[in-house]
Amino acid sequence: MARVSDFRFDPRKWLLRVLSPLDGPLALIVLALMGFSTVVMVSASPERLDTLALNVGVAMVVMWVAASVPPQRMMTIALPLYVLGVVLLIGVALFGDVSKGARRWLNIGVARIQPSELMKIAMPLMLAWYFQSREGVLRVRDFFIAAGLLLLPVGLIAKQPDLGTAILVAAAGFYVLFFAGLTWRLILPVAVVGIVAVASIVAMGDTICQPDVQWPGLRDYQKHRVCTLLDPTSDPLGKGFHIIQSTIAIGSGGVIGKGWGNGTQTHLDFLPERHTDFIFAVLTEEFGLAGAAVLVVLYILLIFRGLFIAAGAPTLFSRLLAGALTLIFFTYAFVNMGMVSGILPVVGVPLPFVSYGGTALVTLCLGIGMLMSIQRHRRRVGT
Amino acid sequence: MSPVRTPEQELARFRGRLAVAGVVALVCFGLLVARFFYLQVLRYDYYSTRAEDNRISLVPIVPNRGLITDRNGTVLARNYSAYTLEITPSKVADLEATIEELSKLVDILPKDRKRLKKLMDESKSFESLPIRNRLSDEEVARFIAQRYRFPGVELKARLFRDYPMGNFASHVIGYIGRINDRDLERIEENEDTANYRGTDHIGKAGLEKSYERELHGVTGFEEVEVDSGGRAVRALRRTPAVPGNNLILTVDLKLQEIAEKAFGNRRGALVAIEPGSGGVLALVSVPTFDPNLFVDGIAPQDWDELNNSPNHPMVNRALNGAYPPGSTFKPFMALAALMTGKRTPGQAIADPGFFDFGGHHFRDDKAGGHGMVDMYRSIVHSCDTYYYKLANDMGIDLIAQSIGQFGFGTRTGIDIEGESNGVLPSPEWKKRRFKKPEQQKWYGGETISIGIGQGYNAYTMIQLAHATATVAAGGVMFKPHLVKYIESAKDGSRRMIEPQPIKTIPIKPEHLETIRRSMVGVNREGTGARAFAGAGYVAGGKTGTAQVFSLKGGKYSSRITERLRDHALFIAFAPADKPTIALAVLVENGGFGAESAAPIARQVLDYYLLGKLPAGVAPEDPGAEGGSGDGAGE
Repeated sequence: MARVSDFRFDPRKWLLRVLSPLDGPLALIVLALMGFSTVVMVSASPERLDTLALNVGVAMVVMWVAASVPPQRMMTIALPLYVLGVVLLIGVALFGDVSKGARRWLNIGVARIQPSELMKIAMPLMLAWYFQSREGVLRVRDFFIAAGLLLLPVGLIAKQPDLGTAILVAAAGFYVLFFAGLTWRLILPVAVVGIVAVASIVAMGDTICQPDVQWPGLRDYQKHRVCTLLDPTSDPLGKGFHIIQSTIAIGSGGVIGKGWGNGTQTHLDFLPERHTDFIFAVLTEEFGLAGAAVLVVLYILLIFRGLFIAAGAPTLFSRLLAGALTLIFFTYAFVNMGMVSGILPVVGVPLPFVSYGGTALVTLCLGIGMLMSIQRHRRRVGT
Repeated sequence: MSPVRTPEQELARFRGRLAVAGVVALVCFGLLVARFFYLQVLRYDYYSTRAEDNRISLVPIVPNRGLITDRNGTVLARNYSAYTLEITPSKVADLEATIEELSKLVDILPKDRKRLKKLMDESKSFESLPIRNRLSDEEVARFIAQRYRFPGVELKARLFRDYPMGNFASHVIGYIGRINDRDLERIEENEDTANYRGTDHIGKAGLEKSYERELHGVTGFEEVEVDSGGRAVRALRRTPAVPGNNLILTVDLKLQEIAEKAFGNRRGALVAIEPGSGGVLALVSVPTFDPNLFVDGIAPQDWDELNNSPNHPMVNRALNGAYPPGSTFKPFMALAALMTGKRTPGQAIADPGFFDFGGHHFRDDKAGGHGMVDMYRSIVHSCDTYYYKLANDMGIDLIAQSIGQFGFGTRTGIDIEGESNGVLPSPEWKKRRFKKPEQQKWYGGETISIGIGQGYNAYTMIQLAHATATVAAGGVMFKPHLVKYIESAKDGSRRMIEPQPIKTIPIKPEHLETIRRSMVGVNREGTGARAFAGAGYVAGGKTGTAQVFSLKGGKYSSRITERLRDHALFIAFAPADKPTIALAVLVENGGFGAESAAPIARQVLDYYLLGKLPAGVAPEDPGAEGGSGDGAGE
């Protein structure tokens, strides 16, 4: 650290001090992913490069700021942030703007915000804070309280309806519970039931996807998404069109791809949402299996760096937060690539650091910044 | 979980769970990579093809249809380019409202709406169908300015078929019409489906139908890269269409026109053939129709009018109508008698005016008879008794056999469809024709009227003209054809339709000469003399009157309902020494052949041999150039 008394401006030292909050490996991985994103965007949607640069700039600043905030400070804002998030979600439910059949936006006068996005960070913060506060006196009922804290906003988001975000928020909360020591006796049966349920849906797809069958608790469009996943050809021009076209894009990319800017599926408009949720299909069409492999390796590096940070984190709060944030990145990447390649239903989840979209990028960089802060402060607080 | 744990235990458990998370993440990414491997390596070929299919669309390039011209180059069928407004019903939410809105921009007549309805019944809803054809430039401009308001409505530049001669020669040319399900089946049978991609029209009748293969051409293709909306982005490769070949006919349109006009508003048929080649110079069936009505789908009221008219304009009388030849049959009977040795030219009979057979009294036309009648006089004066006797002497089997070799009762094989067989009566024919045994028996009395071209005799005008041409050509029979040559629109090369001699009938020159001399006599001093008075050439001919209704001994009167009056016929060839034209004319319910049919033949021959156009536009008045000849009754 540069001494405060040293007034002489030294660019090298200044740069080091600016960079000091950042974690080198994480920063490099994120920069590599954003670089990849830029390359793909040049092909998929060059007219959005300006906004992309702006988004990246804002996200980097957010990351830097978050990285500069010590974990103890984060703890103090966990509860207010969570409460604010829930209040805003209730506000959305009561006064939100409806767009594309879902009530997701809240107009606060100056801008329209999507409170569910905030919840992706506020949820793990809140639960990590809760478990930290119960450290040493943890009881079984604490897990029930945590589950309640988890389900309230998830329920509100699912009601909007926004299944994708609800799943991501629920996953974020669940990861905290998992790392906090949720018993395997609970996890395993649920996992088994889940696997059996998914397997039976796949097996009985023909019967339960009949138009007159109602699925309890799910909306028609959600049922459609699952059913078209099971058989995209059942609705080739409607719901299945996205999945069919993105699988064609991926498959026709082959091993090394069609070349940068040569993706026919991309450039002839067959790919839906090619700069946002389906950008992975563009990437694989033009760069093939090789490009996909590079991307997957980057994500694995990101996740292992995150897990490594979590392993070395000094407090229960920072451990839980780091572990949960890391798994959120994993969830984003896996769900997005899974849906684009046709093994998961289409839920609106972006490809982390690659998909175009300011809000998601800022949220993700906020998470990265928090991870960096935890890493940098690993020796500051003794246990 | 146990609530009491040391921080070390807690940390160990946490790190264990991190390891579990790491493994799960790796497994999940492994699944993804396996999925990518499956899509991009194992199924690469499949998806790569799918992407190409997505991208490339084959757009057919419809070839220009070949032209049809007469032997002198007069255009009978051609194409012109015009804008048409087309609707794809499946893409239009409210068809009625859309048409209503369109009608504010362009004229849409009730006729157009009805035609669209009819086309919709016949076609699939995703096809685009014309609502208005031949838009004016102003209408095109008006529509383009408002086109955004009409999704599913397109302006297309299309080639239209046009028959500039209108009603003339329409039975020969035929017409094209929109491809219907039956046409589609035939196209599929011929494995021509690819060649008809993009083609809306196909020959439905006449030469347009029979030469469809020549006229259509070969469809070209353009490989076009398309986006997901189906819009063409750029052309990749182009295989140009090969235009259809042009047909140059043996028909002389002026001759055809004169012949058609000569009929006036009477019904009938005329076939004129070049004896030395079989080339058809004129093929008339009146009344005619305007083939232009059919091109874009005929309007229902036009169709009803054509179909329900008592004059049956859609029937090609020259090919399809089988009529008793009446006395025009006699020269062929005479020739058959000479060839079979049943008669010599000089052999004469005394004609009492009737012939009795089996208690039945066969009357001659002329009460009291013609006196002594040899072969020449029998033809010139059309003596029935001579032929009653001759038929009786020859017997039905010999008649059928020797008359049959002139082509009677057999399709000539002319190059358009719709020919009927006619009836060459014989005991075998009767057995085939009738079901009940008592009807199947041939009676001797039936042979007698066969001799004068009555009875079961029924032939088409093409057969009659064909037989006349064969005799005029000295027994060499050519297949009649309407197309002289086929011209490649690409390089102008010509494919001649060679005169195809079917066979040569062995006729002794002196026998031929007898018949020729007799038929010349008909026009000089016999039943055709009045019509051919003052002709600047020597023509052989024969009149004929075919009974439609038996008068049972009553007196013929012009008051008889027109439809029950006899059909008038005439056959002719000229110039007599070296015939260049042979023809057969029929005027339905025309009465005497000499009065109504022969003058038509005279006008045709005058034009063909002398280039003489009929006086005035009123062809019903042909007798103007001479009335001196004393036409004897038939």
